[in-house]
Amino acid sequence: MAQYKLQINGRSYQADVEPDTPLLWVLRDHLGLVGTKYGCGIAQCGACTVHINGEATRSCVYPVSAVGASKVVTIEGLSEKGNHPVQLAWDEVDVAQCGYCQAGQIMTAAAFLKKNPKPTTAEIDATMSNNLCRCGTYHRIREAVKLAATKTS
Amino acid sequence: MATTQTNSSRRNFLKLAAMGSGGLFLGFNWIGSAEAAPALLNGAAAGAVDFNSYLSIAADGLITIYSPNPEVGQNIKTSFPMIVAEELDADWTKIKTVQATLNDKKFERQVTGGSGAVPHSWKRLRQAGATARQMLKEAAAAQWKVPVSELTTDKSVVMHKASGRKASYGELAAAASKLAVPTDVQLKDRKDFKLIGKAVRNVDNKDILTGKPLFGLDFYREGMLFAMIQRPKAFGMKVKSVDAVAAKAMPGIVDVVTFKNNVAVVGKSTWQVKKAKDALKIEYEKDKDLESSSDHDKIFQDLLNSDKGTVRRKDGDVDAAFKNAAKVVKSEYQCPFLPHNPLEPMNFFAHVREDGVELVGPTQTPDRARGEAAKLLGIPPEKITVQMTRIGGGFGRRLMADYAVEAVEVSNLVKAPVKVIWTREDDMTGGNYRPAVRYRFEAALDGQGNMIGYKLRGVGMNSGNPTREHNFPSGAVDNLLIDSVEHESPISTAPWRAPITNFLAFAEQSFLDEVAQAAGKDPVQFRLALLDKAKKAPVGDIKYDIDRMKGVIELVAEKAGWGKKKDISQGFSVYFSHASYVAQVGEVVMQKGKPVLKKIFAAGDCGIVVNLSGARQQMMGGIVDGLGHAMYGNLTFKNGTPEQNNFNSYRLIRLNEVPEIEVHFVDNGIDPTGLGEPALPPTGGAVANAIFKASGKRLRNQPFTEQEPFKGVS
Repeated sequence: MAQYKLQINGRSYQADVEPDTPLLWVLRDHLGLVGTKYGCGIAQCGACTVHINGEATRSCVYPVSAVGASKVVTIEGLSEKGNHPVQLAWDEVDVAQCGYCQAGQIMTAAAFLKKNPKPTTAEIDATMSNNLCRCGTYHRIREAVKLAATKTS
Repeated sequence: MATTQTNSSRRNFLKLAAMGSGGLFLGFNWIGSAEAAPALLNGAAAGAVDFNSYLSIAADGLITIYSPNPEVGQNIKTSFPMIVAEELDADWTKIKTVQATLNDKKFERQVTGGSGAVPHSWKRLRQAGATARQMLKEAAAAQWKVPVSELTTDKSVVMHKASGRKASYGELAAAASKLAVPTDVQLKDRKDFKLIGKAVRNVDNKDILTGKPLFGLDFYREGMLFAMIQRPKAFGMKVKSVDAVAAKAMPGIVDVVTFKNNVAVVGKSTWQVKKAKDALKIEYEKDKDLESSSDHDKIFQDLLNSDKGTVRRKDGDVDAAFKNAAKVVKSEYQCPFLPHNPLEPMNFFAHVREDGVELVGPTQTPDRARGEAAKLLGIPPEKITVQMTRIGGGFGRRLMADYAVEAVEVSNLVKAPVKVIWTREDDMTGGNYRPAVRYRFEAALDGQGNMIGYKLRGVGMNSGNPTREHNFPSGAVDNLLIDSVEHESPISTAPWRAPITNFLAFAEQSFLDEVAQAAGKDPVQFRLALLDKAKKAPVGDIKYDIDRMKGVIELVAEKAGWGKKKDISQGFSVYFSHASYVAQVGEVVMQKGKPVLKKIFAAGDCGIVVNLSGARQQMMGGIVDGLGHAMYGNLTFKNGTPEQNNFNSYRLIRLNEVPEIEVHFVDNGIDPTGLGEPALPPTGGAVANAIFKASGKRLRNQPFTEQEPFKGVS
């Protein structure tokens, strides 16, 4: 066990965990930030996506010992009032079915649009294909990313 | 459509107490007993967890509507309250919807499955809203000394046009709650619907999009322990010995307990128990046959030719029809096992105490979880509470209660509150699969290409009956024989979205395409002619509605421009399942020698569409699900062990693999008939028939990627 000081959503957190503990489980089990989801544990589904220094990162395979002073943003910290353009677009397009994957989808889309504010459909498809949605909300995910792009600009 | 007059018997309608805040609290006692009333009177406090009714109106105007059925992504938590709010004439922007807990004193059929929730509750929900509205109007009429018939309602306000008086539901709630419950209430005419049929957003959007704890896996309780369970690695194996010394010595591990063939590692965090589970040393021994997928292929071949078929339906004289046939078409179709793979893996919280049991988690059948827990512990079900969390996908998997009962077992053994968590690998290899099945179809055609004989044999595994013997084309063929043979497999199986029909529809609709081809007829006209025959000269029982099936066929043919397009190959499919009808047209082009699916048109008849946004989601999601599993879904076995265990070895459809989808609904005003499943069954056939048209290659087995023309093409 070791003490880790983490910068998450603009706040300081402390966790006493084993160094190989994935950031995902530190967030969920130790810090009460359960918006980040467990889906596969091997970086295949994207449900656990968070931002580490702005990069969309799979927290299920990211050991807490590697976080260091990096700035972590989770779905809870993406916006203060749930009004990030991507969140607004997701609501407007009514994307969610079961909703379990959507935090990861939103975090992926938000990081993507920050780097590429005017993406083509092909670029959206290439990025968003990294996240699984078992309910098959893909058409609305694509539509919501496009809508969010108009809100961001 | 005529105005519906309903009679809600006083005996069955339970008026509950006015709340402390002076609100109106109404509910139906579905089991027709008034026994529960005192408890409800005592328990009725705003914001309390264990509410027992459909709706409450607070003095400040906030209306709370309770949704009794588990929310698995079918959007019931939005559509149920919409139905209540419609008849209540409530202001939708000032409604709070709450997931009810399991309570069979107040609700019946708190199940999510079989696309049955809306059909079951449609009238009940309408009556709940309409009765409350009537009482609010009566309260206003008494206050204003005017006839009730002169009052109108809109957006949670009662109005008297002649005098210009208005009162909000919140203002009237306390007085209304003191009135006698009306014996019959007027339901709205469909043309007056303000909410039903509109696209209404998911009521939980905000919580979903900001990461609030909604799901079973998000449930944490102070002092709760975490458990992971090592189940036998092969179906047909049992535990011989357990060496848990190393696991127990690992940090955070509280205990290792064994029950049945399971070894549970219990500890203080998910990651610690996962690592300790990996450190278990368990020896297994053979208990039953260890089946491989190659064994299944052989079993299917043997049973296809078995003389021990159970006859499911027999019309006319099939032997004579096939003897006299001008042409016979015969084909076999097979699919593999499939895991459900909801993105939230199985999990459940249980706290077994001296005085009772608390269960919290994602279940499609809370009553089954409670019943099995009661049986395990030998206690009455009344001692057990079940709180349903939002469910991160079910697809039928959460109709089973095994994972909830595991939590009860472990909590009971370690005497502590416990959340059992399955890893993805546990979830994919833990059983309760859609079983593999093989079908043999035979059709006899006369000289004019009429189908005079039809035979179907289904070989199922643990399926009961892998046919749907009264479905189309039964009733349209003079000589017909449908039978089935079963293999009992040690691999555990369970319902999977659109049970049986999720593959049978593909097989049947592909086979009918083959028959139409052999008869030299257009696939759509061929089906319509069969339906006309079933209408004019029905053979035996017909359990589907011929006109509704024709309705979706004609609508999708029109929308897709069936038979009128050049440069694109179309395939057709139609299926009736769970009381609704869906027809689809797939469109395929060949690119570099490979078929590419460009578009799917779909026409659905689920009666009245409650929520257009949710209904479109169910249609599109069902199609994506049907397509993805037809293309890629494949769980294989070697000596009883699943060969795929996570999303790196098991392929799920992704965003860049979905075609354009265009959805239409038949508008016929029929009471709703459900939509969680019916869009899935027709998809495989529409796609495969289009691929045949484009490539000349007939896909008879799933997954398609293992067959020509896909095999070896990336």
